[in-house]
Amino acid sequence: MSWDQLLPLILEGLWDTLYMTIPSTVLSYLIGMPLGVLLVITSKEGIRPMPVLQSVLGVTINFLRSIPFIILLVLLFPVTRAVMGRAIGTQSIIFPLVISAFPYVARMVEGAIREVDHGVIEAAQSMGSTDWQVIRKVMIPEALPSLLNGAAICMVTILGYTAMASAAGGGGLGALAITKGLNMRKYEIMYSASLTLVAMVQIMTLFGNQISKKLDHRIK
Amino acid sequence: MVSGQVLIEVNGLKKIFSDAENRVIALNDISLKVLEGEIYGIVGMSGAGKSTLIRCINRLDTPNEGQILYRGDDILLMDRNQLLTTRRKMGMIFQQFNLFMQRTIAENVRYPLEIAGVSRKKADQRVMELLEIVGLTDKATAYPVQLSGGQRQRVGIARALASEPDVLLCDEATSALDPMTTQSILDLLQDINRRLGITILLITHEMAVIRQICHRVAILDGGRVVEEGSVDEVFLNTKSEAGKRLFGVLPEQSSEDPGVPSLRIVFDGAAAEKPVISTLSQETGVSVNILSANMNHLQGKMYGQMIIEKPVSEDENKAVIDYLLKQGLTVKEVNKP
Repeated sequence: MSWDQLLPLILEGLWDTLYMTIPSTVLSYLIGMPLGVLLVITSKEGIRPMPVLQSVLGVTINFLRSIPFIILLVLLFPVTRAVMGRAIGTQSIIFPLVISAFPYVARMVEGAIREVDHGVIEAAQSMGSTDWQVIRKVMIPEALPSLLNGAAICMVTILGYTAMASAAGGGGLGALAITKGLNMRKYEIMYSASLTLVAMVQIMTLFGNQISKKLDHRIK
Repeated sequence: MVSGQVLIEVNGLKKIFSDAENRVIALNDISLKVLEGEIYGIVGMSGAGKSTLIRCINRLDTPNEGQILYRGDDILLMDRNQLLTTRRKMGMIFQQFNLFMQRTIAENVRYPLEIAGVSRKKADQRVMELLEIVGLTDKATAYPVQLSGGQRQRVGIARALASEPDVLLCDEATSALDPMTTQSILDLLQDINRRLGITILLITHEMAVIRQICHRVAILDGGRVVEEGSVDEVFLNTKSEAGKRLFGVLPEQSSEDPGVPSLRIVFDGAAAEKPVISTLSQETGVSVNILSANMNHLQGKMYGQMIIEKPVSEDENKAVIDYLLKQGLTVKEVNKP
C-alpha cells in the first residue's frame, strides 16, 4: 500500500480519535472536577466535612471506576441510545467515554487538590474567605500545575479507551488498526495507526508536563 | 497605646480532643483578657495547648466549652457571615508562613482585599503601602519560593495587615527563623504595634520573644493558665514550675533523666567561615558525635546551635572546648535529654 493510500486513512483516523478524545475529556472534567473538589471539601479534614455524602460519593466513584471500559460500553448501549440518538458510532461513543472517565477525573482532581498545603487553606480561612473563595481562589490555583498534569494523564487514558471504539462501530486510529489493519492483514496500516497513537500519547504527556512546569511558581 | 479597653476576652475555654481510645484535654478552663493596643504573649512548652488556643480565637478550631468575646460579641455564637467579618478584623500569621505559592508577593498581599471586594486600583495602591511597611517593595513581582524565610514572614505580615485588622494573631511566627531574622521580625511587630496601634496576641515557646516585645504574658501548662501578669512581674517572681522551666531557673529536664553529657556550641556569626567540626577532628584528633544541630547560613556566616556529645576523657574534652573557644564560638556543657 502506498503512502498516498495510507495517509488519508491515518488522517481520518486521527481526526476521529481527536473527535472522540477532546470532547470526552472536556465533558469528563465538567463533571469530574466539581466532584473531585466535593470529595476534598466534604472529607473529615475538609473545609465542609460531610462524611455521609463523602463516602457515598467515594463508593459510587470506585464502583464506576472498577467496571472495565469495554463492559461499560456494552452495558450502556440502551442509555447511550437514549442520550445520543444511537448506540453506536464515533459520536455516540463519547457518552460511554465520559461515563467511564469522569470518576477517574474526579479522583485525579481530588489528588491534586489534596496536595495543597492545609496551612495555606487555613490562612485563607483566617482572612475571612468564604468556602467558595477558598475553592476558587486558593485550592484550584494552588493545585493548577498538578491539575494540568492530571489532565494530560486523563486525556491519555481516554485516548486509550477510544482504541476500543471499534467494538461499538466507532472510528479512530484504534478501530483502523484493528478492522483495516489486523483483521484484513494489512500490517502497514496496523503499524502506522499504532505508531500515530504512540506519538499522540507522547505529545500529550510532554505538553502537559511542559505547561505544568511553566505555570508552577514553586520552581525557582 | 494600651487603652485599657478589653479587645478579646476568653472565658472558661475548654477543648477536648478525643477518639475511640484517647481523650486529651488540650485546653482546660482558660480565661484571659487581651487589652486593646497591647502585645499579649502566651508562652508554653510544646503540647501546652498554645496553638489550639490561638486557633480557637478566630474559630479555626472550635472549643467544646467557654466564651470568646471580641469587643463583647461571642465569636462562638456568631453565624457564618458575622464570623467572616470578624475574621477580617483579625489578621493571622503562621510559623510556616502559609503563603500562596502560585501568587506573586503583591498578589498574596492583595488576597484579603480581593475577597473583601476592594476595587483593583485601590487594592494595588494599598498593596504597595503594605509592602513599604514591611520593606519588600522590590519583591512585589517575585514568588514566595524566591524569598528567604524572614522575607516570607514579612509578606505574611503584610497580608495579615491588608484588611486593616484590630489585632494580629501570631502563631509561633518566629519559630522557623534563625536568631537574626527572628530579631528583625520582632522589631517589625513591635513597630506595627506602636505605629499602627494594632493589638498583638502571640504564642511562642521562646521566653526571649516574650521578654523582648510583650507587655503581658500568660504561661500555659497542661492546658491551663498557670501564671499571668505583666512580663516584668512574672519574670521577677515566677511562681509556677512551668514558668521557672521556661525562664531557665529550673533545668529543662527532670532529675531522674540526667541525659547525655554534651557540649552546646553557639554559632553567632563570629566564627570563621570554615567547616568547624571537621577541622576540629583534624586539629585535636578527637572525633565528635553530633547529637543535634539547628544551623542557618546567612550572608556567609553561621548562626544557630549545635549539640555534640561530650568527649569521655577530660583531656579530650578540654582540647575540644579550647579549640572551639579559639574559633570564637560559645561553648557550654549541658545535658541533652
